[in-house]
Amino acid sequence: MPAIEILDLEKTYSVGFWRKRPKCALKPLRLTVEEGEIFGFLGPNGAGKTTTLKMLMGLVFPSGGSARILGMDVNDPGMKAQIGFLPEQPYFYDYLTACELLEYYGQLSGVAAKERTRKISEMLQRVGLRDAGAVPLRKFSKGMLQRVGIAQAILHDPRVVFFDEPMSGLDPMGRREVRDLMQQLKNEGKTVFFSTHILADAEALCDRVAIIHHGELRGVGVVADLTSSVHGQVELVWQGTLVPASLRALGAECHVTGDTVRAVLSEANQDTAIEALRRERLRLISVTPVRTSLEDYFLQKLQPAEASAGARA
Amino acid sequence: MSARIVYIALNTFREAVRDRVLYNLILFALLMSGASILVGQISIGIERLVVINLGLTAVSLFGMVIAIFIGIGLVSKEIEKRTLYTVLSRPVRRWEFIVGKFFGLAGTLAVNTFFMALGVFGALLYVSRHFEKQDGWVLVALYFIILQFLILTALTLFFSSFSSPLLSAVFAFSLFVIGSFAEDLRGFAGMTHGIMGWLATGAAYLVPNCSALNVINSVAHAQPVSGQLILYNSAYALMYTTMAVCGAVLVFEHRNLK
Repeated sequence: MPAIEILDLEKTYSVGFWRKRPKCALKPLRLTVEEGEIFGFLGPNGAGKTTTLKMLMGLVFPSGGSARILGMDVNDPGMKAQIGFLPEQPYFYDYLTACELLEYYGQLSGVAAKERTRKISEMLQRVGLRDAGAVPLRKFSKGMLQRVGIAQAILHDPRVVFFDEPMSGLDPMGRREVRDLMQQLKNEGKTVFFSTHILADAEALCDRVAIIHHGELRGVGVVADLTSSVHGQVELVWQGTLVPASLRALGAECHVTGDTVRAVLSEANQDTAIEALRRERLRLISVTPVRTSLEDYFLQKLQPAEASAGARA
Repeated sequence: MSARIVYIALNTFREAVRDRVLYNLILFALLMSGASILVGQISIGIERLVVINLGLTAVSLFGMVIAIFIGIGLVSKEIEKRTLYTVLSRPVRRWEFIVGKFFGLAGTLAVNTFFMALGVFGALLYVSRHFEKQDGWVLVALYFIILQFLILTALTLFFSSFSSPLLSAVFAFSLFVIGSFAEDLRGFAGMTHGIMGWLATGAAYLVPNCSALNVINSVAHAQPVSGQLILYNSAYALMYTTMAVCGAVLVFEHRNLK
């Protein structure tokens, strides 16, 4: 049974005050996420990621289609007891302390009173807020709120966790910690569905990604496949600032940075280029095949709409 | 009652307390002490009437202000600040959230009224040095005031479920003020005919009949309140409140939380 099953889910809002006109936020979306995977939902701002997540959480009603989580309807309370959700830029009841907030959410999620205290201190420790449990949330920084947000999402040990832009507002260290935490959740057998526009995070974490743009699904794929396709090009890096003329003749694109040179050229010319560097007594540092990055894939998937928009213009 | 409703109600109560809503009690205490001392000096023979009138009117006004100012933000603030997202993504039904919010604010007002009632009785004791048998009717007046608060809370919650805080405040306050003249409106409806008559009758029965719930003046004059009126008012307030809360639930159940 898939963890998340989205069947032609779509959303159209009515905008305007007097003369209402339809605005499509999400075109029919069909997507399946298997249990135990980390799934990245990628797209630029305003692509429809948050709308999709809100429909999955039952906060916004779809205009068409349906969705099932763990085989249950998205409005089924039985299902909601098994999911966790971190909204984008979360804001919590700032008159509560972190402990009180988690206590409240634990009560609403049906965590037994006996277990709550233990789980709360465990969660605070896990998100690095062990000493901030008694501090009112109004005194929390953006990063600390994000951590509390993550704690409330996983407090009740959910099977599926939804994160909307979980790295937002975090410093590099915080981002690293959240990445580790998501990896831990996967290791515990949980399904993680997270939206982001930070591709490096998705590339480092996700098993699969979906790309959405202007409310339309542009592509779904396994990250390992998307980033392993070799273009038939290699990257050579050597020490120094000298670029042998023979390398330029081979059509290499060379960039000098400090005392290293980076050249990208055809794989067929690799041996000739290495020989040329040896002749010039230059110290070769690395030879690596050029791979498609998730960013390349992402940009490629965004392109058709931009191209057609350009053509229309 | 679902345990989740209790948790939501308790959290709403806690929010009111931490937002220093109960600080109004200090102002009320100052008002009652000042009034008692002043009344004792300037009025002869009608100290009790003045204290009861002033005290109960103050209880009513203070509570009304709290009901409106907290009530209008009960739902809209949660949507605006997105605190609702992490509540409704849990096994909490939308109706449970609305009902919990209602009980939370109703509880806040009940606690507030309890302390203000102590203030009224304290002032009464100060001016006349003893309690009289008819002072028991003050309790009935206080009960009716709480019934008014329930209606007002339900109305603000209803308006808050679909409109902005400012509009909710205007709607709820207007309806409550018109409701204070409900008997006159019904009298007017009885005198008019045709479409106008239908409209007036409709409006007269739609607005809350707050005039029937206001017995401050008769209680101040030591007049008893009939058991029938207590029963009728209780049933009326319960029905009106239930309908307004159901209206809020109905609206909220279909609302997109953008």
